[in-house]
Amino acid sequence: MAAWLVRRLAASIAIVWAVATLTFFVIHLARGSPFLPEQSQHTDLATLDRLRREWGLDRPLPEQYVLYLRNLVRGDLGESFGLRRPVADALADAIPHTFTLAFAALLIDFAVGLALGIYQAVRERGVGDIVLGNAALFVNSMPTFWLGLVLLLVFAQRLHWFPVGGPSDPVLCPRVDSLPCLLDFAWHLTLPALTLGLVGAAGTARYQRAAMLEVIRQDYVRTARAKGLRERRVLLVHALRNALLPFITLVGLTFPFLLTGAVLVEWVYAWPGMGRLAVTAILQRDYYVVTGAALVTSAMVVLGNLIADVLYAVADPRIRVRGA
Amino acid sequence: MNLWNWLALGGAAVMALTIVAEIRRHTRTSVAGRRFFRHPTATPGLFVLAFFVTVALAAPLVAPYRPYQQIDIDRLADHAPSTRFLLGTDPYSRDVWSRLVYGARISLGIGALAMVVAVTIGAAVGAVAGYLRRWVDPALMRLVDIGLAMPRMFAMLVVVALWEHLAVPVFVLLIGLTGWFATSRLVRAEVLSLREREFVSAARALGAGTGRVIFRHVLPNAAAPIIVSAALGIGNVMLLEAGLSFLGLGVPSPVPSWGNMIADGWHKMAVAWWSSTFPGLAISLVVMALNAVGDALRDALDPRREAA
Repeated sequence: MAAWLVRRLAASIAIVWAVATLTFFVIHLARGSPFLPEQSQHTDLATLDRLRREWGLDRPLPEQYVLYLRNLVRGDLGESFGLRRPVADALADAIPHTFTLAFAALLIDFAVGLALGIYQAVRERGVGDIVLGNAALFVNSMPTFWLGLVLLLVFAQRLHWFPVGGPSDPVLCPRVDSLPCLLDFAWHLTLPALTLGLVGAAGTARYQRAAMLEVIRQDYVRTARAKGLRERRVLLVHALRNALLPFITLVGLTFPFLLTGAVLVEWVYAWPGMGRLAVTAILQRDYYVVTGAALVTSAMVVLGNLIADVLYAVADPRIRVRGA
Repeated sequence: MNLWNWLALGGAAVMALTIVAEIRRHTRTSVAGRRFFRHPTATPGLFVLAFFVTVALAAPLVAPYRPYQQIDIDRLADHAPSTRFLLGTDPYSRDVWSRLVYGARISLGIGALAMVVAVTIGAAVGAVAGYLRRWVDPALMRLVDIGLAMPRMFAMLVVVALWEHLAVPVFVLLIGLTGWFATSRLVRAEVLSLREREFVSAARALGAGTGRVIFRHVLPNAAAPIIVSAALGIGNVMLLEAGLSFLGLGVPSPVPSWGNMIADGWHKMAVAWWSSTFPGLAISLVVMALNAVGDALRDALDPRREAA
């Protein structure tokens, strides 16, 4: 187990390094640079030259790359041209927002998805199953950001139940440091989390229904019924326990989905997370913010998969250690 | 919308029904065909797809206005849906229905083409990796690991940053190039088992070269997972295109892709909900149809993995 873990860990680090290299070179191939005359508010060439030197953009590419990697190991992701602050700081401000959003969405995703999936499996081919199945297929096919726009229109602009965007009220709660402000934060979080969570829940429900159906047909479920156990106990204890196994893989699969979906949802709801930071940076050709965001996201995905693998191995003794 | 547009629309519906009936008639003779149509969502899904494709092809007949035509920017911007403007007009006083119809060409076209690129690369890489093994397999699969580690949206954002103004063909190519990783894994798994079969040894014994064995003997037998992942992949591409266009990083602006249409109407959502809502609905409907057909295809072609 330990050797396997070390191998997996090494492979994960190698992947993150490869991603870092890739993004670094791709971005440097970019024709648009913030210090080319046509893209800058500074028009005189001397100033631009000075700025380019200051930022080290005049050095040869390999040298910049080595410098980049060395800084990376120290946790320094470079400086943001646009924000005039270290990228790591900007990301550190944004990551908690992305994480709270992803976590809240994950809760909705799994709670709603599990409940629907189990219900559908129990009522297989009944009216409820068919209606919910088609509804899930539809919601799962929506562009996440479009669902966000529709929810905004209905619940924020028409019904005024929720705010139209941002993480908290800028006047009353510029910082989340008291109970009313925490409630305000949760109130602001509801719509974006619901947007991401519902689309995810639709997928989870489809997955869970299939897993549950497979388990219900097993012999030990029939045995449990034959013992005279109550149906609720058979389903929720005997069946669900084993139907939850593939669910662990789903956590690993859901994570990238949440981070990807979050980019657009953050944009729609003006949620100050990593996705919004990255998109803004791209529009301004802000090299290191883009590479930093891509790198951190990839690292989180790799870590998520690693954790899912370990959990899977712990939960299911049949899958222990089969190489990397 | 005038009488002729309505007639053309009706004609498109009839056409779509005919196409579905024809496909049904031709595939009834095979086991897979019967299994496909036994799936409850297969027929409606196929109909929706056939309908949208027909409408896209017959766009000039179905659309009353040209997609770029600003009808009257002073008086007819953000006009509510009516008999003249079936789905209303957008903030630039263009007819939403007409743009939706022409947009089907763009959005469906991008989805299909990008998927062809992705599936071609994915199938080739998967087949080569699975068949050659030795050092080729680990090398290619590590590459796939890297590709899969980067969420596609971020990969696209990083790549899109390279270009100031992205031409549509380049955009299609980029989506294809970032979308083949999962397919290649599926194909590799299939090829790994196929390569041990007798017909492969037979082909080799007859003197077929490596390339010929891979592309003429092994790959055609791995068609099932390729077709299924293609059907499901088009939907993903359409969602990705919509998202990127919505951010202003995808299809250039006046072109009526469905993602662009959502972006155009977004800021006027509060007063004119129609110009963003209908294109989103169209995307959802088409992607849903693609997923339904993909599920049915999986059940039909790959009975071992009867899931979801």
